[in-house]
Amino acid sequence: MPYRVSIAVFAALPSSAAAGVQSVLDPKGLHADRVADMGWVMFAGAALIFIGVLAVLAVALYQPPGWRGRLGSRGFVVAAGIGLPIVVLSALLFYAFGTAAQLSRAGMPPAVRIEVSAEMWWWRVRYLDSEDGVLFETANDIRIPAGQPVEFVLKSDNVIHSFWVPNLAGKVDMVPGHVNRLRAQAHEPGRFRGQCAEYCGAQHAKMMFEVQAMAAADFQAWTAAQRLPAREPGDARLLAGKRYFMRACAQCHTIRGTAAAGVQGPDLTHVGSRSSLAAGVLDNNIGSLAGWIAGSQHIKPGNAMPSFNQLSGEGLRAIAQYMESLQ
Amino acid sequence: MTARAATDDRPAKPAGPAPRPDGELALLRQAWRPPRGWRGLAEVNNNYVGLLYIGTAMLFFVLAGVLALLMRTQLAVPDNDLIGHDLYNQLFTMHGTVMMFLFAVPAVEAVAVLILPNMLGARDLPFPRLSAYAYWAYAVGGIVFFCSIFAGLAPQGGWFMYPPLTSTAYSPAINADLWLLGIGFIEISAIAGAVELAVGILRTRAPGMTLDRIPVFAWVMLVFCGMVVIAFPAVIVGTALLELERAFGLPFFIADKGGDPLLWQHLFWFFGHPEVYIIFLPAAGMVSMIVPAMAGRPLIGYRLVVMAVVATGFFSLGLWLHHMYTTGIPQLSLSFASASSMAVAVPTGVQVFAWIATIAAAVRLRPLRVPTLFLLGFFFVFVLGGLTGVMVAVVPFDMQVHDTYFIVAHLHYVLFGGMVFPLFAAFYYWTPLFSRRALSERAGRWAFWLMFIGFNVAFFPMHITGLVGMPRRVYTYADSYGWGALNMVSTLGAYVIAAGVLVFVVDLIRNFRPSADGNAGNVWHAGTLEWLPSGAHGPRSIPEVTGREPLWDQPGLVQEVEAGSHYLPGAHLGRRTTLITSAIDARPEYVLQLPGPGWTPLVAALGTAGFFLLLTAKMMVPSALCGALAVAMIVRWLWDADTGARWPHADAGRGRQLPLHCEGPASHSWWATAILVIVCASLFGALVFTYLFLWTTSPEAWPAPSELPGAAWPLASAALLLGSSALVAWAGRRLARERHGALRLGMPLAIALAGVAVALEVQGHWQTGLRPQDSAYAAAVYALAGFQGTLVIVLCAIGLFTVARSVAGRLGPAHRASLHVMRLLWHYTVAQGLAGLALVHVLARQLG
Repeated sequence: MPYRVSIAVFAALPSSAAAGVQSVLDPKGLHADRVADMGWVMFAGAALIFIGVLAVLAVALYQPPGWRGRLGSRGFVVAAGIGLPIVVLSALLFYAFGTAAQLSRAGMPPAVRIEVSAEMWWWRVRYLDSEDGVLFETANDIRIPAGQPVEFVLKSDNVIHSFWVPNLAGKVDMVPGHVNRLRAQAHEPGRFRGQCAEYCGAQHAKMMFEVQAMAAADFQAWTAAQRLPAREPGDARLLAGKRYFMRACAQCHTIRGTAAAGVQGPDLTHVGSRSSLAAGVLDNNIGSLAGWIAGSQHIKPGNAMPSFNQLSGEGLRAIAQYMESLQ
Repeated sequence: MTARAATDDRPAKPAGPAPRPDGELALLRQAWRPPRGWRGLAEVNNNYVGLLYIGTAMLFFVLAGVLALLMRTQLAVPDNDLIGHDLYNQLFTMHGTVMMFLFAVPAVEAVAVLILPNMLGARDLPFPRLSAYAYWAYAVGGIVFFCSIFAGLAPQGGWFMYPPLTSTAYSPAINADLWLLGIGFIEISAIAGAVELAVGILRTRAPGMTLDRIPVFAWVMLVFCGMVVIAFPAVIVGTALLELERAFGLPFFIADKGGDPLLWQHLFWFFGHPEVYIIFLPAAGMVSMIVPAMAGRPLIGYRLVVMAVVATGFFSLGLWLHHMYTTGIPQLSLSFASASSMAVAVPTGVQVFAWIATIAAAVRLRPLRVPTLFLLGFFFVFVLGGLTGVMVAVVPFDMQVHDTYFIVAHLHYVLFGGMVFPLFAAFYYWTPLFSRRALSERAGRWAFWLMFIGFNVAFFPMHITGLVGMPRRVYTYADSYGWGALNMVSTLGAYVIAAGVLVFVVDLIRNFRPSADGNAGNVWHAGTLEWLPSGAHGPRSIPEVTGREPLWDQPGLVQEVEAGSHYLPGAHLGRRTTLITSAIDARPEYVLQLPGPGWTPLVAALGTAGFFLLLTAKMMVPSALCGALAVAMIVRWLWDADTGARWPHADAGRGRQLPLHCEGPASHSWWATAILVIVCASLFGALVFTYLFLWTTSPEAWPAPSELPGAAWPLASAALLLGSSALVAWAGRRLARERHGALRLGMPLAIALAGVAVALEVQGHWQTGLRPQDSAYAAAVYALAGFQGTLVIVLCAIGLFTVARSVAGRLGPAHRASLHVMRLLWHYTVAQGLAGLALVHVLARQLG
């Protein structure tokens, strides 16, 4: 029976994907917990109802007339088609509204407020002070203190995107002309992947980011470091890299503490400290830095950064080394 | 059964079948004989158009399926570089668009065009040329639209086309225009079909087929038509506004100028959610026909099912917000949307359990035949899709799974399960009506099991793929996410579905021999009227019915109908005719003369398609020529309608003399116009929503009362509108007394008044310095005036047409249909103009 085989396949599938690097089923935060619980309740309920309906159908098809007679009546249609759904759905509605109300209750004021602006196709991240002033800007790399509520202020001034970190919370869209807010709280330190969930054009598939929950002290140290301007090149090689950078890259990128003040691309002040490049496409190391600079259009076609394949090998190496040094 | 008692004229049992005149049947056959060879393209009969319609819809099903296979191949393994982002984004946009707009809606309309007249005991639909026109417009437009993918010009904004991604700034190329104009135009064809079907269901039922004897499929199609008429205009307005923004810079969706991208989402989903039920309900209606036939027992809970269908139609119009949970709309609106999304599960549950109850009461269901297999597959798949549907109605859960593969799984369970499986059941069930041979049982079993297993293998794992984080519409993914195995399984399943469809196609090629005359007949011993022996002309005579399943309830009916002892046994004067009955209790009212084959619908459709497609390519002059050709053809075909009868009455059979003609609100043309007025009101409603929505989101873009044009402008405009209405009313009254002067002088004057009224409204805003590109407010105001102006242009054409008929002697007290049609549209347009003026001038002064 091919049918049994397919059931066996389905049963085996979840385990294959249980790694859960970006999973609703592996909640690591307050909001994701509740939704995952709710999901399991609904999966179980749906399975029961599904089996129940199939069982009734089997009775209707295969049982002797006595049993079938009871089903073949208008009363059965009213009871099973109106009565049962109203009871089940009312219960679900109360449960759902209760959970939604809990989730939307503001609770404690957020410990950190982070403005995330979606670009095509990366994430501009700004840490805000209590008066909405910008403490510092970074890109595609969000760090939050574990165990504390965080508020994301979500914006876009281009097309619609959606901010989603499944292990922490549900997604919220970033709509031009609107400012949306999302609360999240990670239980423990850990690294979680996020991804754009609203189709946003050519490279929607390659618009990822990382959220890292840190112990409070580590988080304080990290923000303090991020607020500092970039460190000055310590040797001639890095100095050469900086000179190349100023010529080729400064129009679009900012490095605080230098003359580079372009705002079109990501702020690169501490690019060396980030875990990935090009919105989660590449691991961050000197090789991929050079590869990205020379071949950005090959790696992520259509993005706003041209491939700098006219740079000499030496120039490319120098820039990559300088970037790596910006810890 | 109180309604049954209401039909007082029970059929007097004919005292032995009275012999019919010699040659009557031959004349009937002659009148309905389709032209041979290439002239067959001019045929307008529903049996012929319906088959072409279904064939074309299935062609698009296969084509869009091939696009899906390409996508599944790309996603089979991580980091695949088989298909680049550009093509992939076109593929998923086209897959969704083609499946929704070129397969699903046309397919159910096509099945209705083909079988509804037979099911209702009619010889054809009341406007055969309109269905031919709707079909050809769809076929030509759809094929050109599809071919855009071969040139790399296919739209790539997703089937939902959200701006700003689809605005000029981010999609400067022609691809998006092709979607907006191509799909806008195919929706117009769908609306034309809905008008036709609604009038057919309301006015061409067999005598005695009262409201509580209408087959469920016809009920469902009536609700379908209501939903199309109310919901499709919203997306037509949406596409028109987006095209106005792209072509002329009217900033409806540009946030910097007071527009709002969410306006599009409201308009799109106000259409898009009913769309799901527009697809599902007809399929459910097919199930409600097939289950009783296979079980040999009437549907249990007929009235409950009909009420459930009507309730679903109502609910579906209040559900659109559930596609927008994540956009940041207020919690209260979300709760409302969540509750109504769950409520819609109740009427669906009623239908499912009514089918199960009927199966339980079956007298002859086993051994299971192919249509039954597809129905059981439908139960399995659709119930699962319904359950995940309830899950995604829950706001917090949807915030997680929205726009992930969980939704891809859910929507395919609902749409493939809820529509494609019933459609295949319908193919196997109804083929004997239209083919000399039924389809093969053996091939049908193979097709079913391949499709059923393939479907579940492809789509069940996607629930998990979505839960472990894979978003929709990504052209590739990294290996490190762990989605590879799940995707590979889905891809294998997709190929198994394709194999099932292939088996079906082979079966079709081997066994489907289309033939209206000499079909395989009532192989299932079903009880409804479409199973009467029939030819291109439908049944030999139009039966008088006394129950829901006349072939079961009325022994001897088949013989009586065949002997010609019921209504309209012949072809009056050698013409095609059908019987018009009253809407509620289906009493015979008059005999409608139907047009025979003609080229005007095909040429008009080519002209319309040319107009829209050339407009997309910005070829203005050829486009205008095509438009003129289309209008000329439509005028040509309307010119011959309603020319007055040479004989006032016809022998309708059963000793009845019936008029050949009818006037005013009792006529089928008046009903069609009334439905058209509802379409216009829906369009206007969508524009009013646009104005009010933009006002609430960007009050700063709205003028203070002092900045509005002076009150004299709207007052003068209103006075002119009322004056034009008075002129039309006066001309109509004079015509009733055979005085043509008032019409010939009054109509041009009324046209001038209505035209000046629109010009005053535009000029009033223009002289304050307001330009359409300035702000969302300006764009909304000029869009309202523009729509009013468009209707006035249409009125101008109809008004001049009426005058021309008066001059040509084709309009008189006894044949005034064109006047009645014009008058209804005219008064509506004036009312709409006044409402528009009140909205823009009075409301802004009151609240501003």
